[in-house]
Amino acid sequence: MEYLIRSAQQHEDFREAEIKALATLHGFDVEILSYSNESPYCVVRLPSDDAAKLLIERSILACAIYRLWGQGSDYDSLHEDLRSRTESEWSKYKVSSFWFQIKTFQSKRSATARQDIVESFSYLPFDGPITPQNPDVEFCVCEYFDKGTLTPKQIYMGRLIGNSCRDVINVYDLKKRSYISTTSMDAELALVTANLALAGPNKLMYDPFVGTAGFPIACAHFGCIVLGSDIDGRCIRGKGEKDVLSNFRQYGIAGRWLDGFTADLTNTPLRKRRFLDAIVCDPPYGVREGLKVLGSKRGPVEEVYIDGKSAYKQADYVPPKKQYSFTAMLRDILQFGADTLVDNGRVVLWMPTANDADVELPFPQNPYLELVSVSVQEFNKWSRRLLVYRRLPSVEVDAAAISAYNHQAGHTADELNDFRRKYFQGFKS
Amino acid sequence: MKLLTLNFVSCARKACKSSTSSFPLHPRDAELELVEMEFNPQFLQNMLPKLEWEALQIICNELALPTLPSSTPAASDLFESGGEGSSPAQPTQVARDLHKLLLETTIREGLLVCSNCGHEYAIKEGIANFLLPPHLV
Repeated sequence: MEYLIRSAQQHEDFREAEIKALATLHGFDVEILSYSNESPYCVVRLPSDDAAKLLIERSILACAIYRLWGQGSDYDSLHEDLRSRTESEWSKYKVSSFWFQIKTFQSKRSATARQDIVESFSYLPFDGPITPQNPDVEFCVCEYFDKGTLTPKQIYMGRLIGNSCRDVINVYDLKKRSYISTTSMDAELALVTANLALAGPNKLMYDPFVGTAGFPIACAHFGCIVLGSDIDGRCIRGKGEKDVLSNFRQYGIAGRWLDGFTADLTNTPLRKRRFLDAIVCDPPYGVREGLKVLGSKRGPVEEVYIDGKSAYKQADYVPPKKQYSFTAMLRDILQFGADTLVDNGRVVLWMPTANDADVELPFPQNPYLELVSVSVQEFNKWSRRLLVYRRLPSVEVDAAAISAYNHQAGHTADELNDFRRKYFQGFKS
Repeated sequence: MKLLTLNFVSCARKACKSSTSSFPLHPRDAELELVEMEFNPQFLQNMLPKLEWEALQIICNELALPTLPSSTPAASDLFESGGEGSSPAQPTQVARDLHKLLLETTIREGLLVCSNCGHEYAIKEGIANFLLPPHLV
């Protein structure tokens, strides 16, 4: 059955990935029949109204979903399409209270024009009362205009199935959050990231660069039990009354924050054991926050003693850290995902790139992981991508790919941080 | 650090990872507290097959917590049987005890010791520190 999804015209590149992820989360198929980043309207095929309702309930970027009653490039073709698709269903709504909404994109309609549009549907045999508040059934006419034109290019009409949870963006607004840092992800994208990670009740999610826990909070909102670590323990511990736990308390989800600990992903205490359902992270790009791992830049060193005692056993000891390559870090994250995710578990990570095509970093790859989707958020001279990977069940892993991967392992580990260099050169080629 | 998390960590040193004695890490001078968590028996069901039960038994013993059954509970031990289909299955006392043990029992202060290399990781205010000095990286 065909459904119309009306979305916000924002973060366009993430919308299709979100729809597909939510279908995967609920275990049904979705077929995208028409989609464009330039239009807020998207037509999909779904198994049932119930599936459509489930899909929309968790969506952040969509606004509402409608059973598609008709579409056309003008009103005549819309009415004709509507008649052929739904005439047999009309009698079901004969006595229901109903309401019509009109949504226009890139244009406006006056009150009289809206009235005329509604009246053009007067052939529908609806005898029930017209009630704007909580009608039994609500219809929506969606018009798409090319910019600056006065006649719509495409028109859809549908019966409302359900609304999204877009309003939770306000609840998690960073401006109202007690504890954030300079690199906190905005609430909308953090929630979308959680959807792409298939966050859900009963799952265990881990963020190895937890910072002030923006992603764990978003995942916990959807029911995940969450775990986070950071190489800088101060951010988890926070200051005074403000710490990671106080953020969870603010949203009433402290009972889902399992643990925070101080650790470096390249020397992680977590065991190679398939126990995680999702890994979500925004690794440090080496621009606003340094990209460092444990170790000394002078290479292997001897143990240091102060007054005959091991320096590292002192209470105020801070272990030295060294610069690390972003490329190598991405590779480490994927390998960690391959080692610790359950079958079909997801790695969802943000990765910056310059907009200039010739300095684009290749997507990191791992033979145990399949790239599911790539979404881009554009900034002026750089952009960042949200990469989503799925842990392949062991039977699906290609043995040839593993041996090819192991073969090239030595090369990239010490590469420089391409993104950082380009960023500070102002992306001049 | 919760006992559930402790069941997923070993010594952070690469040199220790291959040794079986680097897991579990052993608590020393541990000060415990109970931190309230959302009771979620389905989450426990998801975690049960991923637990190393023997390691959990060792930890319970070392922390002088009540003795655990000798093998991992089955998923069916978490929910009351009977009442076919009508109402959702009620969680059992086993589920509640496991929840308290794994998700609420927290090591607030103390040390975690690797019995392979002897390295000690400190836990302060519930947050364990797994950073290593350069000569151990």
